[in-house]
Amino acid sequence: MKGVLELIVGDPQADRAVPPTGLTARLTVFVAGVMAFLAVFALAISLATGRQAAIWADELAQSATLRLPADPEMADDLLLSAVEVLETTPGVLRVRALSSDEQQALLEPWFGPDLPLDSLPIPQLIEVVADDDGYDIDGLRARLTAQVPGAVLDDHTAWREPLVAAANRIRLIGWAVIALIGATIAAMITLAAQASLAANQQVIRVLRLVGAKDVYIARAFVRRYTLRAALGAVVGMIVGVVGVQILPGDNQVGSILMGVGFEGAEWLWPIVIPLLSAIVAFLATRAAAFRTLKEMT
Amino acid sequence: MIELDKVSYGYGDTALFSQLSLTLAPGSFHFLTGPSGAGKTTLLRLCYADLRATAGKVRLFGQDAAALDRDAVAMARRRIGVVHQDCQFLDHLNLAENIALPLTVSDRASEAAGNLQELLDWVGLVPQAGQRPPELSGGERQRAALARAVIVSPEVIIADEPTGNVDWEMSQRLLSLLVELNKMGKTILIATHDLAMIRSMKSDVSARILRLKDGQLTQAGAEL
Repeated sequence: MKGVLELIVGDPQADRAVPPTGLTARLTVFVAGVMAFLAVFALAISLATGRQAAIWADELAQSATLRLPADPEMADDLLLSAVEVLETTPGVLRVRALSSDEQQALLEPWFGPDLPLDSLPIPQLIEVVADDDGYDIDGLRARLTAQVPGAVLDDHTAWREPLVAAANRIRLIGWAVIALIGATIAAMITLAAQASLAANQQVIRVLRLVGAKDVYIARAFVRRYTLRAALGAVVGMIVGVVGVQILPGDNQVGSILMGVGFEGAEWLWPIVIPLLSAIVAFLATRAAAFRTLKEMT
Repeated sequence: MIELDKVSYGYGDTALFSQLSLTLAPGSFHFLTGPSGAGKTTLLRLCYADLRATAGKVRLFGQDAAALDRDAVAMARRRIGVVHQDCQFLDHLNLAENIALPLTVSDRASEAAGNLQELLDWVGLVPQAGQRPPELSGGERQRAALARAVIVSPEVIIADEPTGNVDWEMSQRLLSLLVELNKMGKTILIATHDLAMIRSMKSDVSARILRLKDGQLTQAGAEL
């Protein structure tokens, strides 16, 4: 803790021992800012896809739809038989036949609001919700085939599983992007610190001649680059968060692509970005400084 | 304090000197003379571990210099004040900051305030304290280099041509400062090719005069 405080507060005299490096300093702040900006978006996408994957996975495990044949004469009998089969199946928590209005709402995107549902042979849909233990899907299908001819049980697996898998992969890619951003910051800081050390060889020589230890010389560079990376990352993070905020909300369109953002405790994640940038910069500069100082012996 | 025992040094295949021995006893005063290119500066650099001998042993305060790591070399240099021929200042710092540098790098910056004012007064550079090294004259830079060399109160002071860039009056003044330091118990080693300067100081200080020529270090004196 004392070391961190010393790093933040610093020693003005020690800092002045190494001359300021204008362009390198500005580039370090700029690159750290850009990286933090990108990290905020990668984080937002990763968290949003994570949320969506969880929702889909949850629904996948608990929800199914039973579709009854569109036969107006047999409709009521089929519905009664189907409900009876479902309600007597262990693991089925709730069974609900969709109302005409609900079915009309489902068809509305394709046929418009004036669809005469009563005059069309529309299959009856039944929502089946499983309890936590779930039900035996193959057994249920066999019973439905025997007692409700023509009924089709769709447990959503066919289309939800790939979506969940894709969402999980996008989330992993998001984290990988964040890791790559961290590695890029480390590489950039290492190069900048090495360039700065090389440009200050004469200064380092003088400091050594008057009795400076490597840790003293390294400290001036480490503190400088750590604070620059943190400063750039704070600015980049703020701009990134503002950018995420002005994206359309998920309630506007209902697509995952429109739901990119942070919710609840997720807002703490962007704050971590400058901190991580500073830690990465600290470690990268320290390693580069000691390596270069050793080579300068 | 500092001992060179049968030390050799060369650049590439060319030997500058070999089997050279020198002992700087506490409180002693040495002049090192010799023609340009004889290796005076190299010999001094061996004395503060800026170079490593190719053969023989250099002992700094009883420790083998070849066995010292970089931190240990730094600690040894805090006990040796060096006045470099080209002063070796940091041009982005002002004179006061340059003089205080040995204290700053030793994390003893808080001690600088009192010592610094006293030293600036001692070397007559109070008005120039805020100026940067390139703005100073040769004599002012040499005096500042001497002030920087002594600010941590080192046991040994090594000066490489400290009067090389100054007029006679200033060189006498600088040497007087070094004699004064010797009287305070400091060990002094001065490299110079200025024999007239040595002659002028002979009556003021009991100095051992060494001559480095053709790779050999010999005692001089009578002919001076």
